[in-house]
Amino acid sequence: MMTVSTTNPLALIAELTHRCPLHCVYCSNPIELTARARELSRETWTRVLREAGELGVLQVDFTGGEPLARPDLAELIRAARSSGLYASLITSGVPLDEKRLEELVSAGLDHLQLSFQGALEASANEFAGAPAHAQKLCVAQWVKRHRIALTLNFVIHRQNLDQLEEMLALTEEISPSRVEFAHVQYYGWAFTNRERLLPTRRQLDRSLELLKQAEEKWRGKIRVEYVVPDYYAKYPKACMGGWGRKVMLITPEGDALPCHAAKILPGMTFENVATVPLRHIWEQSTAFRKFRGEEWMPEPCRSCDRRDKDFGGCRCQAFLITGNAGATDPVCSLSADRVAVDEVLGGVNAKHAAKTSLKPEWVYRG
Amino acid sequence: MRPEPESRPHLAPGCRLNEKTQQPRVLLMPERALQLNGPSLEIVERCDGRHTVWQIITELQKLYSKARPEKVEEDILGYLALLQKERALDFE
Repeated sequence: MMTVSTTNPLALIAELTHRCPLHCVYCSNPIELTARARELSRETWTRVLREAGELGVLQVDFTGGEPLARPDLAELIRAARSSGLYASLITSGVPLDEKRLEELVSAGLDHLQLSFQGALEASANEFAGAPAHAQKLCVAQWVKRHRIALTLNFVIHRQNLDQLEEMLALTEEISPSRVEFAHVQYYGWAFTNRERLLPTRRQLDRSLELLKQAEEKWRGKIRVEYVVPDYYAKYPKACMGGWGRKVMLITPEGDALPCHAAKILPGMTFENVATVPLRHIWEQSTAFRKFRGEEWMPEPCRSCDRRDKDFGGCRCQAFLITGNAGATDPVCSLSADRVAVDEVLGGVNAKHAAKTSLKPEWVYRG
Repeated sequence: MRPEPESRPHLAPGCRLNEKTQQPRVLLMPERALQLNGPSLEIVERCDGRHTVWQIITELQKLYSKARPEKVEEDILGYLALLQKERALDFE
């Protein structure tokens, strides 16, 4: 088999724990969660961070579950900085007080990304499955007192998209460094709930209008980013920047994955950082090589002009929708399976052409 | 947005260079990294809140004395405006 040369990963996603005080309806954590007893130790994470720095990784995202649930978080941030990594904390802001935030900043935290489930307290709390909204507003203010970057991450879906103007107003009020409006991605619990989460085309178009206006208005003040549900796109997203190209993700028990959802793919074995060096996993492991390069691509990807732009899209999405992880991502208009995506969109747009006032029955993670 | 000559650019909160010992040199910010080559590194290193835009231009014109001074000035102004748009730079 031809060896595909590869460059170093740029980012490490460190899922420190699956524990979390929230119960978001769209939670992207795998439906089976890692028990606390099986989480990696501080010593192991410290070594992994050092290996990441040596491998040329530039940034680490501490995430989860809720990374604040780890009492050793400050030490891990310190270890990241000692290893030459830029340290980001991807968090709900719960539980946190000013004193602990100061500890994290002193430890070298560069950036805090704060999730929001809405702009209106009652419904935001419904989507979070916890009364978290007021706390998040406090956290945003505390972060602004420090010289670290602040990102507000609004997780959006059909049920809260009508709050977009309020979300924009809240963003303007808080004035973070960066704001991300991220449509829920349909993996894990969100795949189960996707018929309740997908926006209608009308909602999507309207939201894009508002977001473009905000982007213009805030140019030079707030960096605006948005992720549009790729079901509505003509071509797939370059998922993770390509399989095994830019990012390595490590689960709470230490399994190294090319992406968050990869464990749903059948017949794959993932190496564990507790016993295998990071460099070996990145360069040599079967899992990381499986969909790297072009050898694995079916037509139409294999001879498509876009193959070095979107890398054939998302393997997990291909598996979820077609049952075949090696298939062209079915959101691609050139995929023979695109009709499966169109059927889902058809259902959503037919049923919800008018705004629904019925409360949905959510499937919550435990 | 055209940077004012007397303003002093500095890196925005949460934006910083990687360590001097690390290669390549990059400008790090939330979910993004900008690789810096010779001139861009020279510019960013001078975004320390002390150098004025005018000083950055004149210093780089000396460093890159073979280049046309007007081109150096245009390139620097363009690059500073880009970094500001990306929210990596603030101007005091």
